[in-house]
Amino acid sequence: MTATWAWLVLLFPLLGSLTIGFGFKVLPARVAGLIGISAIVAAFICGILALIGLQGEPSESRHVASSLWEYANVGGLRIDLGIYVDPLSIFMVLVVTGVSSLIHIYSYSYMKSDQGYHRFFSYLNFFVFSMLVLVLGGNFIMLIVGWALVGFASYALISYWYRRNTATKAGMKAFVINVVGDIGLYIAAILIFKNLGSVDYGTVFEKAPEVFTTNEWEIVAICLCLLVGAFAKSAQMPFHTWLADAMEGPTPVSSLIHAATMVTAGVYLIARCHSLFELAPTAADVAAWVGLATLMIAGTIAIAVTDLKRIIAYSTMSQIGYMFVGVGIGAYSAGMFHLMTHAFFKALLFMAAGSIISAMANMQDIDKMKGFRKAMPFTAAMLIIGALALSGFPGTSGWFSKDEIIDFAHFRGGMYDWMWAGMLIGAFMTAVYSFRIIFRILPGPACKEAEYLEEHGHVIHGEPKNPATGELEDTEVGYPGEEHHIAEQAGGMKFAMSVLGILALIGGLVQVPGVDEVITNFLEPTFEDSVFAHMHPSTHEAWVGLGEGALISILGITFTWFLYIRRPDLPVKFRERFRAVHALCVNKWYGDEIIDFLIVSPVKAFGRFCNRVFERFAIDGATAGVAGLTRSAGAAVRDMQSGMLRGYAVLMLFGILAIAIYFLIRSI
Amino acid sequence: MEQIAFFVGAIGALGAAFAVVIVKNPFYSVLALVIHLVFLAGIFLLLMAQFLAAALIVVYAGAVMVLYVFVAAYVGGIEEPKWDSSPELRIVGPILAVALFIAISIAVLGSGLSALGTPGPDDVPSGFGTPEAVGHLMMEDFLIAFEAASLLLLIAAVAAIVLAGRRREDRKKLPGGEGA
Amino acid sequence: MDIEWYLVLSALLFATGFIGVMVRRNPVVILLCLELMLSAGALALLAFSRMLGNQDGQVFVLIVLVVAACEVVVGLGLVVAMYRRRLPLDVDEIKELKG
Repeated sequence: MTATWAWLVLLFPLLGSLTIGFGFKVLPARVAGLIGISAIVAAFICGILALIGLQGEPSESRHVASSLWEYANVGGLRIDLGIYVDPLSIFMVLVVTGVSSLIHIYSYSYMKSDQGYHRFFSYLNFFVFSMLVLVLGGNFIMLIVGWALVGFASYALISYWYRRNTATKAGMKAFVINVVGDIGLYIAAILIFKNLGSVDYGTVFEKAPEVFTTNEWEIVAICLCLLVGAFAKSAQMPFHTWLADAMEGPTPVSSLIHAATMVTAGVYLIARCHSLFELAPTAADVAAWVGLATLMIAGTIAIAVTDLKRIIAYSTMSQIGYMFVGVGIGAYSAGMFHLMTHAFFKALLFMAAGSIISAMANMQDIDKMKGFRKAMPFTAAMLIIGALALSGFPGTSGWFSKDEIIDFAHFRGGMYDWMWAGMLIGAFMTAVYSFRIIFRILPGPACKEAEYLEEHGHVIHGEPKNPATGELEDTEVGYPGEEHHIAEQAGGMKFAMSVLGILALIGGLVQVPGVDEVITNFLEPTFEDSVFAHMHPSTHEAWVGLGEGALISILGITFTWFLYIRRPDLPVKFRERFRAVHALCVNKWYGDEIIDFLIVSPVKAFGRFCNRVFERFAIDGATAGVAGLTRSAGAAVRDMQSGMLRGYAVLMLFGILAIAIYFLIRSI
Repeated sequence: MEQIAFFVGAIGALGAAFAVVIVKNPFYSVLALVIHLVFLAGIFLLLMAQFLAAALIVVYAGAVMVLYVFVAAYVGGIEEPKWDSSPELRIVGPILAVALFIAISIAVLGSGLSALGTPGPDDVPSGFGTPEAVGHLMMEDFLIAFEAASLLLLIAAVAAIVLAGRRREDRKKLPGGEGA
Repeated sequence: MDIEWYLVLSALLFATGFIGVMVRRNPVVILLCLELMLSAGALALLAFSRMLGNQDGQVFVLIVLVVAACEVVVGLGLVVAMYRRRLPLDVDEIKELKG
């Protein structure tokens, strides 16, 4: 029964996507939106039913593998079109479909004036389908299929406004970097099949401890290849450059794909393959260290940049860094818990940001935003809730989840204490950049857009400009529509944000140390084979950790308040003083430039070489040669085609003679 | 006795074959081929192929040759034009044919098959070459070939209708064409 | 009679047929000569069948007869079609169908 519900979870978004995609001529826009929403809500309900079915099983048999068809059966490699339902995949299904439902509802209002409404909902449903394939797939091949499909969905949605040059370029960049990660996954799958003779999750995880010894080079190689995929999808160093550019997509897309769901796929991958990573502690440490590096570097960038959506994007990278540290050091349920709370508050932050960007007539620069507190009270409240949860203010969801990871690092001790220290600094930076947004946008004298909104009660009608380049653009298909919608005046947006706001505030209460710990208990059947399953800090230690987190968060918020409210001259002075540091951060630590220098330029040079030398001489020469050869051979035999029947008979005779002579020679 | 029968058959078949090639009128060529087939059927009998000998007479000399006769009569006794667009073939053709004959003969006789110098085994299964035996083989071992052959015949019949059947434009053209 | 006599006769008939194909230009006669060559082939098959004491060769001959009949049908169909279109019944004249 559980498996049936899980299949239905997959079916609804696919049906929705196809219906909207093929019916765009007949379906009115509103109906298409409603179909999109209902498909995802139906998937969410099926997910809950699957959860109920799963919880009805005894704890040790809480995993169901189900297969509809055989996908391929070649040379001993048998791949089923199968799903694997266990607490981890159901957890991901619920997070994905839950947040997606809300974001669909938000988009229903937010995208109202866009000309490509059908396309948007079709893509969005397709994305949810792909993501569900990724989390439900029962073997590494299905995982790769889902992985590639979400890559495509992400590409399609980043480039959704396809007549914006910047958007299509960002889409390509994201796609290419993701494909690099895909290759890592392919190699990992090949190595897994080579060593274990199967790609099914159940078989692989069962056989791996028998085949590999700890830290054997092959298992480390497998895990590192898996990590390449995970890093690329989750925008970790050094594959992080695409995520900020992905903000070219519509805000709901940033919220759903590039914050709440898709980018956390890497975390899911590591948690799913934890039994492999525990055989290769080196690879797990690599994951954790890379996560740490990403979370700190992304934090510094987020403090420096001024594009509202990009700040949140870097914050996403940073938070995913926390999750990587979590699953890397063995705090699986903590990592998944942070994944969930992060989905809530980050989706909320993006939604609030979308609302403000609408009010600014599509401008995204926080330097130009000021005094929105009075003009948009609801959005402001939601923004503050999101920022509080993000910075880990005591009582909010982020406080419980982030500090659980930080605390576990301290608990493991040794070199992980360095991670603990790094993550505490990261937490401080988190508080700074999240409240930097608040303190720069909300208080103070209203800017002209906020003033206009307050006076006229509707959004200012700005020039349609590309926020990245300032170019004037159309409001036709392939561009954002001319009207913008803010949460205060659109029911769908308000509803989605309210629900997420409540979840971001109280979502952490499901996992209070020593009180309920719902997530840990729920995920236990998946992680019970882990060596870390029964290692966790005592309740007392956990509360001490939470106390530290609270302290750091409040310190950070106070510091930010001091910087931006009490002494607004200080940040400017600081920027003047440490110009180099600021430049480094604003330019994203020159990540793009480094990749460009190390990879793109050599490849381009090689391509030019191939074009100029190899193609002109080798390939053109070969084709011209073959053509000439054929032509002269044709000329040679053309005369034989006289049309004379008896001439053909003579030729045939020579053939018969040849055969006769062959037998003659054989007989001698 | 057998030798006499063979040589009579062989000379008859060869002579008729030459007649087919040599006579000018196609109508007589057809009749010569009928005679050739009758002699050939006799030789088939010597090789213990009773069923095939009968089939050759009935189907070939009987049915197929009648078709030839009809066509030859329909087309008319067309004499070949005197001039030959490639007269060298008149000389080269027979030379090549002789070469072919020699080559085939040497290839067959020189092949060193052990049974070549004998009249073949005497202990052939009873009923060798009877319709019953051939029918069994055809229905059991060579069923697919048999079915394919029947399909081929069907296709050929359809093709003949398509090729020789009167087209609509022919019908329109014919009265005017014949009048002119 | 030894088998080789039959085989030589078959080769002779085949060569005769070939001469006909070479020197004659009337398509009806050329078809007749092809019949000659086919029957020569059939004779060889029968001779081998007798030599091996195996009747499979007889079935082959039957199939050859069928193929010959098909060829006759199509060939004569072509001749009739040529006649209808008032084309010359001379294979040297009909040579537009070349590569």
